Parts: sequence; structure tokens; C-alpha cells
Amino acid sequence: MTTTVDVDQTAPGRDPAAKPSAPAPRAARRRRFNFTPYAMLAPAAILFLVFMAAPIVYTLILSLQKTEVQGLGLGSGARKTVFAGLSNYAAAFSDPDFLASAGRVGLYGLILVPAMLVLALVFALLLDSKRTRLAGFSRVVIFLPYAVPAVISSLLWGFLYLPSVSPFVDLANALNLPSPDVLSQGTVIFAIANIALWGGVGFNMVVMYTALKAIPTDLYEAARLDGASEIRVALAIKIPIILPSLIMTAIFSLIATLQVFAEPTTLKPLTNSISSTYTPLMKVYRDAFIRNDVNSASATSIIIAVTIFALSFVFLRVVQRRAFQEENS
Amino acid sequence: MSTVTKPLSSRSSMGRPPLAKNRSGRIGANDKTSYTSTIILLLGALYCLLPLAWVLMASTKSGGDLFTSNTFVPSGHLFDNIVELTQYRGGLYWRWMLNTALYAGVGAFLSAAVSAFAGFALAKYTFKGKQATFMVLLAGVLVPGVILAIPQYFLLAQVGLTNTYWAVLLPQIISPYGIYLARIYAGASVPNEIIEAGRTDGASDLRIFLRLAVPMMAPGLVTVFLFQFVGIWNNFMLPYIMLGDDRLYPITVGLNGLLNQGSTVPALYSLVITGALLSIIPLVVLFLVLQRFWKVDLGAGAVKS
Repeated sequence: MTTTVDVDQTAPGRDPAAKPSAPAPRAARRRRFNFTPYAMLAPAAILFLVFMAAPIVYTLILSLQKTEVQGLGLGSGARKTVFAGLSNYAAAFSDPDFLASAGRVGLYGLILVPAMLVLALVFALLLDSKRTRLAGFSRVVIFLPYAVPAVISSLLWGFLYLPSVSPFVDLANALNLPSPDVLSQGTVIFAIANIALWGGVGFNMVVMYTALKAIPTDLYEAARLDGASEIRVALAIKIPIILPSLIMTAIFSLIATLQVFAEPTTLKPLTNSISSTYTPLMKVYRDAFIRNDVNSASATSIIIAVTIFALSFVFLRVVQRRAFQEENS
Repeated sequence: MSTVTKPLSSRSSMGRPPLAKNRSGRIGANDKTSYTSTIILLLGALYCLLPLAWVLMASTKSGGDLFTSNTFVPSGHLFDNIVELTQYRGGLYWRWMLNTALYAGVGAFLSAAVSAFAGFALAKYTFKGKQATFMVLLAGVLVPGVILAIPQYFLLAQVGLTNTYWAVLLPQIISPYGIYLARIYAGASVPNEIIEAGRTDGASDLRIFLRLAVPMMAPGLVTVFLFQFVGIWNNFMLPYIMLGDDRLYPITVGLNGLLNQGSTVPALYSLVITGALLSIIPLVVLFLVLQRFWKVDLGAGAVKS
């Protein structure tokens, strides 16, 4: 924040309302409150309040309520909303479906996030190396899956997995190999992780590559002339410099991972291994729209959101405090 | 990315001390081709192309061929499949495509505009509450958007906006990350001297913003637009929740529904596959055409002199 120069206090004509031909008296202008930044922020602020802050508050309220059914549950007066305290949260934490889905997503994140980041970093460093040929082609092609919506990529991979359609199964049959069914109970989590990896690795690669390109080459040219290997240059110079970018991509990957929804929802019709509560968010969807239990869906939403927040912050604290401040200055 | 020969390479090939590492041919300070790294990257590219190549081949198959022949061998039914897809419920598929273009195009444009204003204000003004605003914004970046979809549904339901175009369009205009990026671009690409000069010439702040700052921020704003465009195009959960009328669906929700039906009517699979192929083409073209904007540096213009 320190480099942001305050340009609006001294310059004349800063207020759109003040006509240049009739400048306001100096003293009055100095004291006048400057509305301009607030006006510029207003559309964003209003949208933020309506579509982000209000839904969050609303979810919080819903999560603390429950609907009580009286008598036979018929008629308009039979259902009423009462304060439930933390009972919805308690119920969520003792719900085996929720705990199973949380465990599944935890495992999914442990598989996906490191794989995605390591692969993206390796690709970015290789792109940045002057000794890699066809790097332009590879960069475009690896980034391309980012253009494919998660639903569509799940659909494509889903067919590649589906034994009755899959060319790999055909190939395995032709070679008399056992045909793998990746959509089976034990491996479907890898199948989903692969889809997310396919869709996300190129994006993370480009973010890291952009950061690498911003490093002034003279910072490592000297090291290279002294005979330092590319790998040493990468480990000792490049990676530490782009650390803030790595942290950002890690956090975004983590956030995306914990709210996985589109991939399993799309694969669901192709296999029996994916239940309607396979991920926490799928459970939220089921509770809210199929079971019409908005209150427990809200409690689960809050738990997911708080978890994501907590993990992001802990991660930031543990890895490096500078991440935001550096971008910020 | 091409093979630019620098004066360095000639120097290094002559005067370089004969280190053991260099003799292995794997590591060195020159720009000699590294087959290992080239091949690793090409393998990555192959992995990324695989499903795309498959959908291209599979969409040339008739419904029956799909299950009987190896799907990597092309057939001649692409045109028939496109005709069949077009006829499906009176061109519903193309309506989904148009809806998607509308949601993503209009939404991303408005998002870039809102982000530009907010980012410029945060980067170039000092005002009360600025620090707090920025902290809220950063927190907003971390708020999982998908978590918001369900409460957004119930809030919009109270004003009768669910199952309309607005339900999908409005919630996706606000993008804390877009504002965050716009703030960085404004800080890096719009010099304070230019703003000062504009003020000295008597231009209003709005005019300075529109005429001076926006053109300077333009490459960054295109990136914000593209981010949001892809984000909206890819979004599944929000329209999935908000919309009941399948004439309002974007392509993602539409194809998901078709796939669901396909589990009981496998003949629909060839429609799903052809639909997937056709839906990818516009975005792939957009990516290739606008490729250079994806290289835009977060600190463009700021770092290198």
C-alpha cells in the first residue's frame, strides 16, 4: 500500500463536479469530501452486498433454524420455523454420509493438489527453459483444456472410462490384457482427480510461467554462465522468486478442490460408484433440493465454507506471510 | 519461444570451462536443445489433446458404431449427427449455445467494467475505508462461489427471479478476483503523472478514467473479461440450481441433462458427444485467437524497464 501515491488531494480539478472554468475556493476544495472513489466502488459494493454478503448472512440464519412439523404436517399452519441453535451443525457432524463425503474430498485433495501443482510447475519451468523446443505449441495445447467446461471434460473422460465405449478397453481386449474399470468403487476417485488435473494443470502452468517470465534474466544469467545447471537455477533462484504465485495457485486449487461438484455429478449417470452424497457439496444439493431440508443444507454449507477459509488462512500463515502483502505493495 | 540465438551462446560454446556436468550434454548454460524437456512437455501436450482427439473421432460415429467399434477410428456420420442434434426438440441445442454466449458474454463484459472501476478506485485513490474494503475483497476472493449458489437461489426466489436469465447473469457479475486483478493492473500500468497531467488539464476523474486509464489497463481488462467469460461458461452449479426451464439452460446444464437421459436411452450418447464437440469449438477458437492476452503479466510494465 505504501507506493500508492495520493494523487487526489492536491491536484486541481479533481472533482468531476468542479468545472475547470470555475475553480472552487482553495480552502473549500481542501475540505471537501471526495466522492469519486466511492462512486467508482459503488457498483461492485452493491453487487457484493446483494450477491455475496447477503447470501452468507442468510445461510447463517437458516443454519440456526429448523422447521417443526405439527400434527399431521398438513395445512399452512402446520409447519413453523423455530430457532435451533447449533443442532443442525451437531447433526451434520454426526451424519455418516457427510463425514464420508468429507473424508473422500480430503483424499481427493491430497491426490489432486500436489499432483497438479508439481506438474504445472515442471511444465512452467520447462517452458521457461531456452533449451526446450516446440514450447509454444506445448504451452497452447496444455492450456487448451482450461477452455473446456468441467461438465464437458467430465463427459469426455467419462466416455473414455466407460467400458462399453472406451478405446482403452478395446485396446486392452485386443492385447489380451485385463480391461481396467476405472469407474469402479475403489478407483473412481482417481478418475475424478484426473479430470480435474486435466482441466486445471494448464491454467496453473500459465500463472507460474507468467511469473517466471517476469523475473529479470540477468538475475540468473550470471549463475548459468558460472555453470549452474538449469535445475539448480530453478531450485535456487526461480522457484523462490515465484513463490507468491505458487502460493496463490495452491490456495485456488485447494478452494476448487473442496467444492468439487460438476465432475462427480456429470459422471454419476455412468457409474454406480458415485452416490448422491459423494462430495459435501453434492450432499448440500441433495439436502436443499431433493429433501427440501434447507436448514441442514445451510449448516453443511457453512461448515464447508469455514473449512475452506480456515485451510486457506492456515496455509497462508504456515507457508509465507508475505504472499498477499507483496502483491499488495 | 523460437530459437533466438544470443551472443551468449557463441561465448559459452567457446570460453566455457569444461565442467563434467556440461559434458553429459544434459545441463549447461547454452541454449542447446534439451530432448528430455522437449519430450516431457510434448507428453503433457499429448495428454491434454487425448480427450479432444477422441471426441473429434467419436462424433463421426453413428449411435451403434459407438459401442461396437474402436472409437479412435473415425467414421462418416459427423454430418448426420449434427443434423440429428439440430433437430433434437426443435433446435434446443443451439438455443443452449446462444444462452451460454449470452450469459458469458454479457456477464463477463459487465464484470470487467465493474472490476475496472473498483480496481482503479482502490489503486489510485486514498480514501477512508480503503484498507477495510481491500481486506473484504481479499476475503471475498477466498469465498467459495459455489457455496453461495444455494442461498442465492432462495434470495432470488423471494423476488421471483429464479428460473429467469437474470438468475444466472446477475450473481456472476461480481468478481472479487477480477477486482483484485484490475487493482494490480491499474497500479502497474497507469502512472500517477498521467493522472496528474489529466487533472492539470481540467479533465474530470471519470474522463481521466475512461480516456486515459482504461486504454492503459486494456490488456489487463481483457484478461479479467476472459477469466470471467471462462468462469461463467464453465459454471455448472449456479444454472443447475437456478433454472428449471430447459430453454434457459446453458450448454453445460443442457448436456448434463442429455447425458442423464442417455443412461436409459443410449442412442442419445452420440448426440451428447457431438454436442460436446460443437460446444468446445467456440471456446477453443476464442482461446487461440486471444492467446496473447493469457500471457499478460500480473506486473506488466512494472518490473522490466
